[in-house]
Amino acid sequence: MRPEPRLIEVRRNVLKQNDIVARKLRDRFRAAGVFVVSLVSSPGSGKTAFLEKTLTLLRSNYRVAALVGDLATENDAVRLARSQAPVKQITTGTLCHLEAAMVERALEEEEWDLNQLDFLFIENVGNLVCPSSYDLGEDLRLVLISVTEGEDKPLKYPTIFNSADVAVVTKVDLAEAVEFTWETAYNNIQSVRPGMPVFGLSAKTGQGMEDYFKFIAARALQFRQAATF
Amino acid sequence: MHELSIAMSIVELAEEEAERRGVQIIAVHLKLGALSGVVKEALFSCYEMACENTPLQGSRLQVEDVPVVIFCLNCRAERSLSSAQLFSCPECATPCSEIIRGKELEVVALEIQECVPNPV
Repeated sequence: MRPEPRLIEVRRNVLKQNDIVARKLRDRFRAAGVFVVSLVSSPGSGKTAFLEKTLTLLRSNYRVAALVGDLATENDAVRLARSQAPVKQITTGTLCHLEAAMVERALEEEEWDLNQLDFLFIENVGNLVCPSSYDLGEDLRLVLISVTEGEDKPLKYPTIFNSADVAVVTKVDLAEAVEFTWETAYNNIQSVRPGMPVFGLSAKTGQGMEDYFKFIAARALQFRQAATF
Repeated sequence: MHELSIAMSIVELAEEEAERRGVQIIAVHLKLGALSGVVKEALFSCYEMACENTPLQGSRLQVEDVPVVIFCLNCRAERSLSSAQLFSCPECATPCSEIIRGKELEVVALEIQECVPNPV
């Protein structure tokens, strides 16, 4: 006779492997003094234009580099290379998100000296669902929504907003044309993530970019001060 | 759709435990938080796929849903949220961002059967 089935306790985090690699990355970034910012959004929210502008403008004062995740093409890396900053594409194939191990591998392949960098940006695959579960070792996670997507995106994807530290509303130069209501969007963001800083900007016209730069520069400074002590 | 890679991680993890203990797994018990970023229905179908041709083929995935629980600084108490769309205390309406539970994606237990040679 077969013995009766029984229950054994295990308690194991399914994403533990990713978390271990992410922690290792975070320690490495901290030791090198590089402030790592990741970007998540839906496809077409203007992530790449935003990052191109960010790299171009930050480059005059800081040493910057970027990793960009995409399913198939290298178009984003080509666009970002126009900023003159070092850029590496991570092609994920069919995978809809980046994992910490991919970031680790890309850094190995590229052999960037992290000590020579002030900022590293990681652009995730355009997706508002899957990237939320994966820690990439970043210090700051930005979630982007464009005014053309509507004000209710935060309510539809509360998990990703909750996993992020800052919200950026892009393409504000189009706000009027698409009848985007700032207050509604802002309240929706605050509803799923109370206290979250929100920046409205346009990578095209440059509107609002200044405030956002000040914010990440201040955060990076805080990070470096904390890392030294 | 990252549920397949999540399901594969679950199967891998359970297989490892089964091998280590020399047991057969009948069911995997999973705690799934409302903020885990994983869709339960998708996970179920992916689990079946991930089990194919592994020692876990035919096993069950049992999911315990974990609602979002926040700590309300005003009430000084834990409060369970009925929706992830409104992070404020259901009692006093104070906005709350301190999450205590709801991000779980954790294998908590395995239902096992000791391995005995099959009677011929």
